Amino acid sequence: MKRVFEYIRPYRWAMILGLALKFIAAMFNLIIPSLLEKIIDEVAPKNSPGEVFMWGGIMALCAVSDAVINITANRMATTNTSKVTLNIRHDLFAKIEGLSSAQTDKFTIPSLISRLTTDTYHVNDMLVRTQRLGVRAPVLLLGGIIIALTMDAVLTLVLIGMLPVIAIVVYIVTKKGIPLYVKCQKILDRLVLIVQENAVGVRVIKALSKTKHEQKRFLDVNENLAGTEFKASLIMGVTNPAATIVLNIGLTLVIVVGAFRINSALTEPGVIIAFLSYFTIILNAMLGITRIFVVISRGMASADRIAKVLDAPNEEIALLAEKETEAGDENYHIEMEDVSFSYNGIENNIEHVSFKLKKGQTLGIIGATGSGKSTIINLLMRFYVQDSGVIRINGKDTRTMEPNEVRKRFGVAFQNDFLMADTIRENVDFGRNLDDDAIKSAIVHAQGESILLEKEDGIEHRLTLRGANISGGQKQRLIIARALAANPEILVLDDSSSALDYRTDAKLRQELKKHYSDVTSVVIAQRASSIMGADLILMLDDGRVIGSGTHERLYVTCPEYRDICDTQMGGVANA
Amino acid sequence: MRNPQGTRFERESFTGSDKKSRPKRADMGYIMGRLWGYLGRHRLLITLAVIFVVAGNLLQLLGPSLSGKAIDAIGNTPGGVDFNTMFYYAALMIVFYIISGVMAFLLQYAVQRITRSMSKSMRQDVFERLTTLPVSFFDSHQTGDIISVISYDIDTVNASFSADMIQIARSVITVVGSLIMMLTIEPLLVLVFVVTVPLSVLFSKYISNKVRPLYRKRSASLGQMNGFAEEMIQGQKTTRAYNCQGDMIEKFDRYNENAVIAYKKAEHSGTLMGPSVNFINNISLALVSVFGALLYMAGGIGLGDISSFVLYSRKFSGPINEVANIFGELQSAFAAAERVFRLIDELPEKADDEAAEVLRDVYGDVLIKNVDFGYEENKPIITDLCLSAKRGSLIAIVGPTGAGKTTIINLLMRFYDADSGEIKIDGKSIYGLTRESLRLAYTMVLQDTWLFSGTIFENIAYAKENATMEEVVAAAKAAKIHSYITRLPDGYNTYLSDNGSNISKGQKQLLTIARAMLHDSKMLILDEATSNVDTQTERQIQSAMRELMRDRTCFVIAHRLSTIQHADLILVLKDGNVVEQGTHDTLIALGGVYSELYRSQFE
Repeated sequence: MKRVFEYIRPYRWAMILGLALKFIAAMFNLIIPSLLEKIIDEVAPKNSPGEVFMWGGIMALCAVSDAVINITANRMATTNTSKVTLNIRHDLFAKIEGLSSAQTDKFTIPSLISRLTTDTYHVNDMLVRTQRLGVRAPVLLLGGIIIALTMDAVLTLVLIGMLPVIAIVVYIVTKKGIPLYVKCQKILDRLVLIVQENAVGVRVIKALSKTKHEQKRFLDVNENLAGTEFKASLIMGVTNPAATIVLNIGLTLVIVVGAFRINSALTEPGVIIAFLSYFTIILNAMLGITRIFVVISRGMASADRIAKVLDAPNEEIALLAEKETEAGDENYHIEMEDVSFSYNGIENNIEHVSFKLKKGQTLGIIGATGSGKSTIINLLMRFYVQDSGVIRINGKDTRTMEPNEVRKRFGVAFQNDFLMADTIRENVDFGRNLDDDAIKSAIVHAQGESILLEKEDGIEHRLTLRGANISGGQKQRLIIARALAANPEILVLDDSSSALDYRTDAKLRQELKKHYSDVTSVVIAQRASSIMGADLILMLDDGRVIGSGTHERLYVTCPEYRDICDTQMGGVANA
Repeated sequence: MRNPQGTRFERESFTGSDKKSRPKRADMGYIMGRLWGYLGRHRLLITLAVIFVVAGNLLQLLGPSLSGKAIDAIGNTPGGVDFNTMFYYAALMIVFYIISGVMAFLLQYAVQRITRSMSKSMRQDVFERLTTLPVSFFDSHQTGDIISVISYDIDTVNASFSADMIQIARSVITVVGSLIMMLTIEPLLVLVFVVTVPLSVLFSKYISNKVRPLYRKRSASLGQMNGFAEEMIQGQKTTRAYNCQGDMIEKFDRYNENAVIAYKKAEHSGTLMGPSVNFINNISLALVSVFGALLYMAGGIGLGDISSFVLYSRKFSGPINEVANIFGELQSAFAAAERVFRLIDELPEKADDEAAEVLRDVYGDVLIKNVDFGYEENKPIITDLCLSAKRGSLIAIVGPTGAGKTTIINLLMRFYDADSGEIKIDGKSIYGLTRESLRLAYTMVLQDTWLFSGTIFENIAYAKENATMEEVVAAAKAAKIHSYITRLPDGYNTYLSDNGSNISKGQKQLLTIARAMLHDSKMLILDEATSNVDTQTERQIQSAMRELMRDRTCFVIAHRLSTIQHADLILVLKDGNVVEQGTHDTLIALGGVYSELYRSQFE
């Protein structure tokens, strides 16, 4: 909550002004029923139509002022809050973009998304509503009570006596109702999950004729949901009738007590009539305040979640001074020396990995799922920092370089990489302001020429969310084109070939050799054929290098590697 | 299974109304009729609800008249209070208010019963329709859109329907009732509302017309911002790799600003509503008191009457404004209902022929003759496909991405029907068989593994009704996943969530292979079945796969050509046509597309 106040501070005077306006408007609104009392009790008996009109006019004036000031204040509230929200969202997004990979892992991606979307919206909602109702309701409540007190203290006490009863009703109902709503939300999540599973698994379900089974599964959850929803809304439904009964009993009591007081000449009938109007105002204000409590408690929870991200420590990795590090051989472009790393600090994900690569050479990495292939890339690009060992680029320890200085040398196509809902150009360019020719030729080299020919608008063609309007193979080609487009120093292809068929894959490799011969490449693959031609191949198993060398050498020295080649290529690869 | 290259329909949402084949759905009367189909099942509850609304509100309406009588009984002079009469009316007031409160609660009960049961039936209807829709539907509609019909739209229909209907009923009764009461008190004072009512109706209408498109825009721009944020956060690693955070932040700012501006615009107009309604109420009050005082002076009205009149006038002007609001809300309820019914009205898979035969005692011969097929008209994917597979033979289908390999599977299992030509099993046309028996004759393992949220046991046992633990364990052992499962803390009771996101891709595939092991059939389809399994594991399960394939007619799609070298027949597809077919050796000898594909593995 403190963090959110920092965003409010620049607008505090504007907000205070708005609140002051709200206060004034509420005052005007409060005066109206007392004017009514005046007309009936004082003016009417005087038999002076002129005065009636005058007081009526004043009433109308109050009504106009209330409306105009209120609208102005509401608009100010919206404008100020918009600015606050704009800034919060900007900072939050910028912060998220700057989180380290380890921090992102800790928050988890879905949670970051919901903080940026749902939570900022809740905070916005809270700010607007508290500005609009936050002053009006308490002012109406307090002001109403004060005016009522001046009119008739005893009758006011009758009225105040009713408030705790309503408060208790609202408290009990919310206390019971809210957990039920939370439960509904959870059941609804399950319901949505079943629909999702059925949409995705339609072929399997139809193949196994499980339609009836799925319908039954849905029915169970559906019934559970309907039942819980019924309970929740029934409990919530108690509030209004109960509050109305209490309100009206109070009203009757005011009349009864008022009768005694009039009888003893302690008050006048006009007072009672006006009193009834105040009564409605006060009780509505009371209900308004309870509503604000719900909004504020939800908004506070969201503000907390946002603050957690904003307050996350900046990715402050102390850069090592160059003299503290041991320089490597400058003849090697990339070098890893005895590197070990663990994501969770318990179990090493890679252990004692070493290799050296000259400029223009290709490194192939192969191994089972989870053997640590992608981890090597994560360390090379400094998404994570190794626990021990040294990584050098051009002989320089990467720990002495800013992460961006390391990353700008790379062009990379990740496993499950993403495309945005934007043009092909934007997807390949990716904010680097490349010229059209560079973009087009990168696409052509990545074997994506057919995409450009197929789409009438060429690189201006807009992709839909996650590139759903092009095929898996085409997506992969654009992602590779992105990696190639800026003529990187180092090219990283993480399992990019699995979405391509053998022929396209082979052609791609030829193109790379032809046009990017001075680019140092790191290629991760499932297929031995994709990396057979590499200058150096690492065979990984459970985070360790169990074989390294060229294909010919590995085929002889590493039985696991030979196994892979034999199963994948039917024993013809030893030729 | 990958999406076919083209789909029979363009991806569409349920909101468009441009489908030629269907009657126009935007018709309000039609939608009301459909809704009545659901409402009508609860006639008793509806009758009760109507009674509660009318009775409860009439009692509420009597309140001010009773309080007016009580105040009249108090009179204007100290000592002159008629206590008996006052107490009588006060007691009546309390009794009436309590009864009306109870009625209001009973009304809630009835209405909630109706709504919940209505939404339950609608959800069930939508879901059951979904399960009968052809595969092509899911290929052409986004899951998110379907889900929003089931959760959001159905909710909107019922929430606003129940709330709004009560509100309208209540408003009508209140308005008519208070009008009558006011007329009985003093017809002249009612003239005040001849001015204020049309004013507020016109104003609300003006505002809601102005605001509705603004609100629509507000949700749309917020949706766009959320979409962009979601994309960017998911693709964070890439953004970092290319160091273009700055650029992305700039882009985000644009979405952010759009969203905020749209929000501000909508709210600026929307915020007029509350204060204005309040204003009109206050003005009515002022007019009533002025004219009331004048009438009092003229001796035409008592003080108690003015008091009741004021209370009635407050009741009177409130609902009029609300009803204007509600009509706006009802619009969105109708739009939602339209989407729901549109989904329920989707054409299901064509019913099996009445004469359709149940495929029994399958032998396993498959014949495809002169089959043509395209997902879209005039865009053939497969032309004149012929193929004969004898029982127990292995048919391999190879070719570049998009050549139509998966399409053949779609046709064999009747996920799609061929445009022309004949497909036969044991000499019987598959179009004369029930779909269920045809599909059960196949076992299928797909590249995209599908697991549902449930235990590992349930996921494997899915393939066989009442499978025992022994059978499931045996299948898991055969698929080489048993020892992995037993190492999990909960073993076979381990709960898989979110399509098995808590286990690796390879293990997921092994689970689906275990599931296939349980299914007893004569024909087998493997669509890149082992693409996610690493080579070591693939070797380990090879014997299991061979076991799975024994004595079955197998259709295998594979990228890795090594797995299909011993196939009895290899079909080489290119651009929808079988360009080559034969065994591995004959195709290599032919030196065509296949041999090139084969050689490209080693380049």
